[in-house]
Amino acid sequence: MASQYIVVVGCGRLGSMLASRLSGQGNSVVVIDPYESSFNNLSSDFSGFQIAGDASEIEILRSAKVDQADCVLAVTDKDNINLMVAQIARNVFGIGIVIARVFDPAREKIYRDFGIATISPTQLSADAFMANMPS
Amino acid sequence: MKIILIGGSKLAYFLAKQFASKNYYTTIINQDLEEAKALSRTLKATVIHGEGSNPATLGEAGALQADVILSLTTRDEDNLIACQIAQKEYGVPRTIALVNDPENQEIFEKLGITVAFSATQIIATLIEQQTASSDIQNLLPIAEGKVNVSEIALTADNPVVGKTIDQIQLPSGTLIACILRQGEVIVPNGENSLEALDRLVIIGQPESYGQLMRLLCNE
Repeated sequence: MASQYIVVVGCGRLGSMLASRLSGQGNSVVVIDPYESSFNNLSSDFSGFQIAGDASEIEILRSAKVDQADCVLAVTDKDNINLMVAQIARNVFGIGIVIARVFDPAREKIYRDFGIATISPTQLSADAFMANMPS
Repeated sequence: MKIILIGGSKLAYFLAKQFASKNYYTTIINQDLEEAKALSRTLKATVIHGEGSNPATLGEAGALQADVILSLTTRDEDNLIACQIAQKEYGVPRTIALVNDPENQEIFEKLGITVAFSATQIIATLIEQQTASSDIQNLLPIAEGKVNVSEIALTADNPVVGKTIDQIQLPSGTLIACILRQGEVIVPNGENSLEALDRLVIIGQPESYGQLMRLLCNE
């Protein structure tokens, strides 16, 4: 796969893991998080850029050059931020691949019906638990 | 009219009071338990303790029957999502969101919000206009800023003093709506002349507003 320009919003456990792996695969990655200390979560594989700021401010998204991204992953721990960032990336900047993490299954369903690609950790965990139950 | 109002603070309180006086049916959703209790004690409104962007809470607040939803929290993302869920899931026809970052105003409207307004922007504009000239007062944007109304005091050294309205040639798209002279209100025509200490109420479109101000403000 050719190297892609990927913006990861949120650098918690999931964001830092995604950013480190994608960077390790040779993609150019920018990671955004309001807290500078979150960048300590990144592994030594990470060779991309870090931006400390609130991704709900469009100025921060612009400084991450979201408009030029191939792919935007919105994975903060706040559903509403993820959904807002995903919609801005898709509808304002016209980014092709945008995925938002959404914990609340009800909210996830509404936005999936509306055409926003979402991943719900709650749903995934429930499915995984159920798959391991004796039938 | 049935209104759902999300948020707290003075703004939500005074709006809810105003709506009650107009006999609108208001439901408030507030995330802070203590604030929700206080609002329910002081207002003639139904108050729900919960998160406004939670689909179930919106349903409980009667979003299916609501005509308008107003989201006034300090977090832009919460206001956006609450309005969108009300619109998409419950078919609320009119959605109004407060934006704290003025840049989000345009973006929210692009993302389907009926009206997004920025309190920061409105206050900043007001202050700026007041600071620019102390002779100008009561500036009021109408029709979402497509028309401005303001009041200007004429000092004796103003070059327009002594001229008729016809003589000063107002820029197109502007109008002197009335002259306040010694407590009297005059609705002028072109033959009325302007005197020192007159206060003029002027109406203008933003594009010709600067020109009008330069003409009337000693510049």
